[in-house]
Amino acid sequence: MNNDQTQPLEYSTEQNNLNILGFWIFIGAEIMLFATLFASYFLLENRTGGGPAGEEIFTISPVMLETFILLTSSFTIGLGVHAMRLGRQKAMQVFFTVTLLLGLAFIGLEIYEFTHYVHEGAALQTSGFTSILLTTLGTHGAHVTFGLFWGLFILIQIKKRGLTPETTNKSFIFSLYWHFLDVVWIFIFSFVYLKGMM
Amino acid sequence: MKMKWAFLTIVFTAFSILSGCDLLVLDPKGPQAETQADVIKLSIGIMSVIVVVVFAILIYILVKYRASKQPDDYEPPHIEGNPIVETIIVAVPILIVTFLSIVSVQSNYAVESAPTGYEEKEPLVIYASSSNWKWHFSYPEQDIETVNYLYIPTDRPLEFRLYSYGPITSFWIPQLGGQKYAMADMITTLHLAADVPGEYMGRNANFSGKGFAKNTFNVKAVSQDDFDEWVDEVKETADPITEERFDELLEPGHLGQLTFNGTHLDFMPPPMKHGSSMEEGDHEEMNME
Amino acid sequence: MEFFERFAIPHPSPAIYASMVAIGLTVIAIIVGLTYFKKWGYLWREWITTVDHKRIGIMYLISALLMLFRGGVDAIMMRAQLAVPENTLLDSQHYNEIFSTHGVVMIIFMAMPFIIALMNYIVPLQIGARDVAFPRLNALSFWLFFMGAMLFNISFVIGGSPDAGWTSYFPLAGNEFSKSVGTNYYMIAIQIAGLGTLMTGINFIATILKMRAPGMTLMKMPMFTWSALITNIIIVFAFPVLTVALAMGTMDRLFATHFFTTGNGGMDMLWANLFWVWGHPEVYILILPAFGVYSEVIPTFARRNLYGYRSMVWSMVIICLLSFLVWVHHFFTMGQGALVNSIFSITTMAIAVPTGIKIFNWLFTLWKGKIRITTPMLYSLLFIPIFTIGGVTGVMLAMSAADYQYHNTMFLVAHFHLVIIPGVVFAMLAGLTYWWPKMFGFMLNERIGKWAAWLIGIGTCVAFFPMFISGLDGQARRMFTYSEATGFGIWNMIAFFGAIMLAVGFVLIVYNIYYSTRYASRDIPADPWDARSLEWATHSPVPEYNFAITPDVNSRDAFWNHKKNNQKLFKGDYQEIHMPNNSGVPFIMSALFFVFGFAMVFSVWILAIISAIGIFACMGHRSLEKDHGHHLSVDHIKETEEKLGGANS
Repeated sequence: MNNDQTQPLEYSTEQNNLNILGFWIFIGAEIMLFATLFASYFLLENRTGGGPAGEEIFTISPVMLETFILLTSSFTIGLGVHAMRLGRQKAMQVFFTVTLLLGLAFIGLEIYEFTHYVHEGAALQTSGFTSILLTTLGTHGAHVTFGLFWGLFILIQIKKRGLTPETTNKSFIFSLYWHFLDVVWIFIFSFVYLKGMM
Repeated sequence: MKMKWAFLTIVFTAFSILSGCDLLVLDPKGPQAETQADVIKLSIGIMSVIVVVVFAILIYILVKYRASKQPDDYEPPHIEGNPIVETIIVAVPILIVTFLSIVSVQSNYAVESAPTGYEEKEPLVIYASSSNWKWHFSYPEQDIETVNYLYIPTDRPLEFRLYSYGPITSFWIPQLGGQKYAMADMITTLHLAADVPGEYMGRNANFSGKGFAKNTFNVKAVSQDDFDEWVDEVKETADPITEERFDELLEPGHLGQLTFNGTHLDFMPPPMKHGSSMEEGDHEEMNME
Repeated sequence: MEFFERFAIPHPSPAIYASMVAIGLTVIAIIVGLTYFKKWGYLWREWITTVDHKRIGIMYLISALLMLFRGGVDAIMMRAQLAVPENTLLDSQHYNEIFSTHGVVMIIFMAMPFIIALMNYIVPLQIGARDVAFPRLNALSFWLFFMGAMLFNISFVIGGSPDAGWTSYFPLAGNEFSKSVGTNYYMIAIQIAGLGTLMTGINFIATILKMRAPGMTLMKMPMFTWSALITNIIIVFAFPVLTVALAMGTMDRLFATHFFTTGNGGMDMLWANLFWVWGHPEVYILILPAFGVYSEVIPTFARRNLYGYRSMVWSMVIICLLSFLVWVHHFFTMGQGALVNSIFSITTMAIAVPTGIKIFNWLFTLWKGKIRITTPMLYSLLFIPIFTIGGVTGVMLAMSAADYQYHNTMFLVAHFHLVIIPGVVFAMLAGLTYWWPKMFGFMLNERIGKWAAWLIGIGTCVAFFPMFISGLDGQARRMFTYSEATGFGIWNMIAFFGAIMLAVGFVLIVYNIYYSTRYASRDIPADPWDARSLEWATHSPVPEYNFAITPDVNSRDAFWNHKKNNQKLFKGDYQEIHMPNNSGVPFIMSALFFVFGFAMVFSVWILAIISAIGIFACMGHRSLEKDHGHHLSVDHIKETEEKLGGANS
């Protein structure tokens, strides 16, 4: 493979370019996936059947904390990619580890939030509203969980193989994924929680 | 060669059959069905012209430019396209589509409102609800209910309010007008009217499971006097409908024709028009519109 | 014992027992055959683990043909049941299962793999690429599709088939009204195959955008590649909607959620909306590649360049956009009122404009041409008139007020078969015949091919024209029987004859493949049709690296100009070629998906969890694996090129 020295390492080979483009297209598909979930959410939002409505179960503090944690993790992964471009492997590993730990904290909080909902009588089977609420949040949460494992595997590779065109390419794509999940969360925060609590 | 004749023959036979015989949809007995039949006939006419034009061009080109009819050294030219030709093939379809759009919008508004010629008259409201695989017709004004058959007066607009105790069904009396869905959590409204007395076929047109094929009902349109007479007779002879009896009726199966005094609307109200079902309480509003 | 009872067919009949035996015997025969001829290794090395886009294309093709016959048998049974009034050949439950599986198999497991087969084989060749962007992902796409198809098909003998129609409307498809596991199969099998399709979409967009030969700008791409690009863009944006809808349906059925239920705030119309938000673009996913095939076949056999290239491209782009804005026309009768109906009625009719442009462009391509009527051309010429009839009836259906009368009737059935059969099936058969020599190195017999084309063409008309009439006479679709008094008998009898003609046509195609494999000459040129695009610039069959030297393109018909005007296509010398390595992981991962799907269908949670862990293990393996592919040496390329008939310069 001919390496293009003028580009950052993650863009340096043809296959790397293809991978990044392919991942952007995949994000396009993911946008449609979440858009469909949001559209369904808006249609089912007020169809609470016999169960509770959004304002009865949403509490602001865990949600604010989740938002803060996820936004911070997006920032730290940005720092990680910056360190990667400067070739500072150690710093990059630290930032990626911090990102993953924040992600883990986010998931922990989300699990706490879900058990809280179930205690409030808002389980998956309660009503059209709770079904779509927990499915939308759950889809995002599942993406984050998947990201935790993915990130872990990338960290292992960076540690073993150093910063090569392959590993930097994977790390960069992973950072795109992580930022995307952050954006989705901002939509969830605004259109599910804030709208629901108002 | 063979092909074009085969097609032309098929097309022309199809159209002569369509115009010549009394297919239910093209044999309307009410203003709504008539509007729809007119739209259908008009569109068949316009579409036939398009089909004939395309066929003519195709046949002409195939006859003229067959390799066997040309000298061996003929080399077809390179033609990128022609702005005038391309404008024509864009503009003509746009004109046709625009015209059809106007017809479509107008006729859609027409069939969604009170039937033409009946605007002044008070409509007869009939609740038509489906359950696997029957139709229940409730006449709140007359306070009677029938299963699997309809008695309707001519010269009076009919307002059907449709809903379902199960899968989505579609209420359809081809000779009086097109269909509309009956669904579990909202009421849909269908405006019909019958101009002439007669017996018409009605059915559920939307697949709803095992008994779907036989999910039909009979429609008898009679004069207002005959209708009143029938109502009186029902009130004298029919058994009252009770909640237990109605629950039995809802069991899946076919029932034949039944008649009752009173309606199930009293003890089992229909879903709200634009809201969720009454059983779940009426505190919620649906935001789908 | 109770555990095993759920796997029984709820509604068995001799036909199902017979097919159980037949399936069992076929499986045994395949296993014995492979063992006897010692072909297991060959199968594994050359096919199951392959990442070569050409072999994957051929595997898609074989699957599509198999599914065509499965769906075709369903169709014949339906037509036979309806041929006479009050027929008792099938009962209502069987009829319902058959029309449901007919729709799913034909759309998702026949038409989709057929177009993806041609895209896989042809697109990289047309753009002068070595392979697709992500060869390994391509293999995974195929195996996911294949396992989804297998999972769907075993529903026939284990547990019962879906019986709520291919549209699977809720609440009919919900637990209350569909108690067998049939609809679980529907939800999960389509989900698995759909994942594969989504990956294909991503793969081909990246391939077409980034891997074109030097000099091939977007506006110099062959029209089939253009259609593939647009189709894949639609796939990427439409399939996630289906993914969500199917996931919700699965949860409603397995976990008692309330998305589409009638109580507790569920919304049955939501399914219909989501289904058609995917379903209508899906129609164009199928038909655009078909248009692409016609845009290759017609110029080749008219010996002329494609008329109005630019308007062809733009009309596809417009169709792509409009396809997402018309879904409500599938349920004008849902009571959303005249305003909403009017809007969707107009957007629907608007699609007729770009489609009309395409029809006229093909006609003008024929104009001043030198038309040779070969089998692929015959399909294209049969397509234009039949599709025009199907298309104009589509405009009629788009008029919402009139649709109240057409909806759910045989008129609608006639319409969509008369667009999908000439639009997709004819195109695929044309493409199959046209590219067959490229794929296999010999031609299909023209005489048998033309007989088949005529039979299929006329059979389509005979089978579906009568339905226009019976539909207008009040015959609803999906009725398993009707009474004699309705007068539908004669039309359905004619339709049955048409179906038989179609069946004979398809059998002839299979016979043609057998006959030509045995008797056709292997000594054919690389470009037997005297065609215009790049795929004909390499050998037939194509070597694994496609082109020994990457072609240089400077016009739309680069290969044609190379032949006629001596423009040099291949410049420079042989160089080492980088090729991807084969891998068994896509197959293993998809097999695990099959197990996972099966476990989900029958709610065997332990098995589902184990197979899910297996799937993630495969992904982990892929992440950690070091795979740089391999290089083909210059000597190896020289040797291969000489063996295939000298360097192509």
